[in-house]
Amino acid sequence: MRKTTPQEDLLRGVWRENPVLVQLLGMCPTLAVTGSVANALTMGIATFFVLLGSSIMVSAVKSVIPKEVRISAYVLIIATFVQIADFVTHAVVPEIHKSLGPFVPLIVVNCIILGRQEAFSSRNTVWRSTLDATGTGLGFIITMMLMGSVRELLGNGSWLGYSVFGAHFQPWIIMILPPGGFFTLGFILLGLAWWTGRKHVPVRPRRWPHGVTTEVGGAV
Amino acid sequence: MSEKKLPMMESENPTNGSNGEVPPPPREVDVSAFRLIGTLTLAGAVAGIAIVIAFKWANPKIQAYNAKVLSAAVTNVLGGATRYQTVYLDNGKLTPTPPDTAGLDRVYVGYDKAGKPTGVAMENAEPGFQDVIDLLFGYDPSTGDVIGMKVLTSNETPGLGARITSDSAFVKQFDDVAAPLVGVKEGQGKGKKDEVVMITGSTISSRAVIKIINDRIDAIKKPVDAYWSTIAGSVTTASGGAPSSGGSGTSAGGNKE
Repeated sequence: MRKTTPQEDLLRGVWRENPVLVQLLGMCPTLAVTGSVANALTMGIATFFVLLGSSIMVSAVKSVIPKEVRISAYVLIIATFVQIADFVTHAVVPEIHKSLGPFVPLIVVNCIILGRQEAFSSRNTVWRSTLDATGTGLGFIITMMLMGSVRELLGNGSWLGYSVFGAHFQPWIIMILPPGGFFTLGFILLGLAWWTGRKHVPVRPRRWPHGVTTEVGGAV
Repeated sequence: MSEKKLPMMESENPTNGSNGEVPPPPREVDVSAFRLIGTLTLAGAVAGIAIVIAFKWANPKIQAYNAKVLSAAVTNVLGGATRYQTVYLDNGKLTPTPPDTAGLDRVYVGYDKAGKPTGVAMENAEPGFQDVIDLLFGYDPSTGDVIGMKVLTSNETPGLGARITSDSAFVKQFDDVAAPLVGVKEGQGKGKKDEVVMITGSTISSRAVIKIINDRIDAIKKPVDAYWSTIAGSVTTASGGAPSSGGSGTSAGGNKE
């Protein structure tokens, strides 16, 4: 049984176990609010805040919460942070809050957040949970920015509202419509699968001393 | 005390997850119902306090923003208006000072620098192509013309229906058009005063905008015209040199809202 180092706690969520691209969690906001970079960034930051706050809180109070009511308690903690995030985005960036519509309140049911509480924060110290939440939250922000950048560039010819391709660019409207979210995510996952797959060197099945066959890498 | 659970955490890692050992079932410990209820009650109370604090901080900012947006929109659709007064529809009549404003329909009467009413701004929301379109428009009861239109909220298709908000040529048509409006397709207009040329590719959204404005005028024309004749009358007397306290006094009061 291997114990993870702090660096691993932090970096795992950013890339190797990226919540969206590898764990395929939190698809709803990833597809729904990445039509523009501003929306994607705001959503990413709001989710980051909720994840970090909930992880610190859950890991701090885990020992006093009976396991019978732990899910209710986690949801309560998450919902509190979501409500605060909703108020803050409404007060600070009202225009973006309006265009995000119901998706800020819907962070409550983002499975990245409840998943991290149940899988990590409820079993680890505050410090390690903070690192884990920071990494996972950053991974989510990165993915949202990636999606938002591709969709806004192609669908509107701009990045964060600044025109990139000039006036003669004919925007691909479909990219900022819902199908564009599926296309973008699909191509990013395809690219990622190719990238990870290309590093796999076919390995001949080895025979272990006690006679168990493994299929390391050979299946690809 | 949670350290004993640590091994389970590692099992999320697929490389060392299935090692054939089944962890022993956790011991059955009886937790009293009182403790369960107490934990959740306490957590709920703390959550409630946190939310209320956040709300107290955010609410003034949100209200200020809403007021700013409304004020900008009203002056936008009323051309030369520099300030406006909220007027409520109470028992079929418009009045700036109803006994209770809660739940009352309202319009905004704009005044220019000289205290002369410039028009009435009204809000209305009806279904568009995808979702409800909420818009504000200015109406001049003395000529029966629409004098400005601004879409406040819409979820129309970007690049198509959303052009009712962004297409300046379309929006500009509402700066001077006779009510009730008539939507015409591009190139089929006869140059009449009540024509609005709809956006090609956004016919449903364009038609919705026209209908929203017409419905609202239709529904509230009578009280608006009646109220307009009273304030327009008071201004004509005021411009003759008499103190204009009647018009500007109430409007200053309304402005504070």
